[in-house]
Amino acid sequence: MRKNMVVVEGSYAVAHAVKVCRPNVISAYPITPQTHIVEDLAQFTADGEMNCEYMNVESEFSAISALIGASAAGARTYSSTTSQGLALMHEALFNASGMRLPIVMTVVNRALSAPINIWNDQQDSISQRDTGWIQLYAEDVQESADMTPQIYKLAEDEDVLLPAMACMDGFILSHVYEPVILLEQSLTDDFLPAYDPEFVLDTKNPMSFGAFADPGTYTEFRYKQEKAMGIALEKIEKIANEFKDIYGRYYGGLIDGYVLDDAEIVIMAMGSIIGTVKDTIDELRLEGESVGLLKIRSFRPFPADAIRKALKNAKVVITLDKNISIGKNEGALCTEVKACLHNTDNRVPVIGFMLGHGGRDIPISMIKKIINKAKLVEKGIFIESEFADLREDLA
Amino acid sequence: MKLIIKTVTKPGSTRANKTGAWRSFMPVFDHKLCSKCGICGIYCPEGVVNKLENGYFEPDYEYCKGCGVCANECPKKAIIMVLEGK
Repeated sequence: MRKNMVVVEGSYAVAHAVKVCRPNVISAYPITPQTHIVEDLAQFTADGEMNCEYMNVESEFSAISALIGASAAGARTYSSTTSQGLALMHEALFNASGMRLPIVMTVVNRALSAPINIWNDQQDSISQRDTGWIQLYAEDVQESADMTPQIYKLAEDEDVLLPAMACMDGFILSHVYEPVILLEQSLTDDFLPAYDPEFVLDTKNPMSFGAFADPGTYTEFRYKQEKAMGIALEKIEKIANEFKDIYGRYYGGLIDGYVLDDAEIVIMAMGSIIGTVKDTIDELRLEGESVGLLKIRSFRPFPADAIRKALKNAKVVITLDKNISIGKNEGALCTEVKACLHNTDNRVPVIGFMLGHGGRDIPISMIKKIINKAKLVEKGIFIESEFADLREDLA
Repeated sequence: MKLIIKTVTKPGSTRANKTGAWRSFMPVFDHKLCSKCGICGIYCPEGVVNKLENGYFEPDYEYCKGCGVCANECPKKAIIMVLEGK
């Protein structure tokens, strides 16, 4: 085990990463499985380890609303939430992005009710895909921690100024104990400068945030949000490399390939399932299978060009989605990958598999079964999208 | 062409939005019946019924939406709603 490496819960690693980013205001409401992050941050604050205003509020709507005010007043802000909590924030999420406030929020992914469930899937953050927030997804605990200063640097970039969600799978990452290198304060201070916004709420120089915009001006606000996302697309890779220069760790920028160069079957996925897919690929490669992985780190902004380049030689593409758009019978990643290829010459089949809803376990055998199913496409059998782990006896 | 729209603006952007045009009925204030109690101003949801120098009340018709709350609440029945001709 390397120096400075400790075995801690995923939530603690993220809370520690937030601490060394030096937020000015934290506002949160507890919800399983996010609770440990905000508990740890409350402990750090109470112990005097953070110079930070910690607000206990009565709901998630209040949590994000308080941060909108704090961010507009010039504070570096943080929250964390999950599932129903994120859903309760919905209206305010649009306000945060429309006002161009670089709020950072860890979303600890969990299923949405009903039926009531507290286990992991990604329906909660995927459902907020169109709110104008940056969304990055982490594979493991170390990446969840390391993502935190990177996403602050991205969100607060003067050319970006968008709020951002760092998404980590609930329980699978938040509650697991893994060896991690906790982020060092001095390195983080080198990497992440203090937040210094151009516009702040100040009685000496009054400003209106979220002002009234009529039909003659509204479109241009939306256009500028889209442009900022486009700039973020360029900066994510640059920031990932800066992080590597200072800390020595790198996870890809927008995407990352794993034995991808000669792969005929390419699996695409986001979040903690990546680890299982990598293990599956290692086994199958030993058996001579030409299978590789394309990991998606950035879901918003969506890395369409990077995906097109990465899939140039693929013969079959498999997408794995822990979410579903009901009525489409498809997960969001599947839909978006198909869409980004549609206007190109690349007619590679993109086969969608939905799995892991409500925390259902995803073993290596399931990934292998999916790969075998996708091979049928090479034989001319039409497959579009389906539930991979359906229990026929209950369906 | 470079867009110069900022995401923040000087205060008062809603003043440019003259909501008086939304009105169908306008409140007419009869000062002879008025007792200067100010209940109409207190109840106005838009905050546009203001006290005049002489103590009587009058709405700012550029913003009054014609909701009729003032007329409904006036204890002296000094305010009536009149269909507004355009």
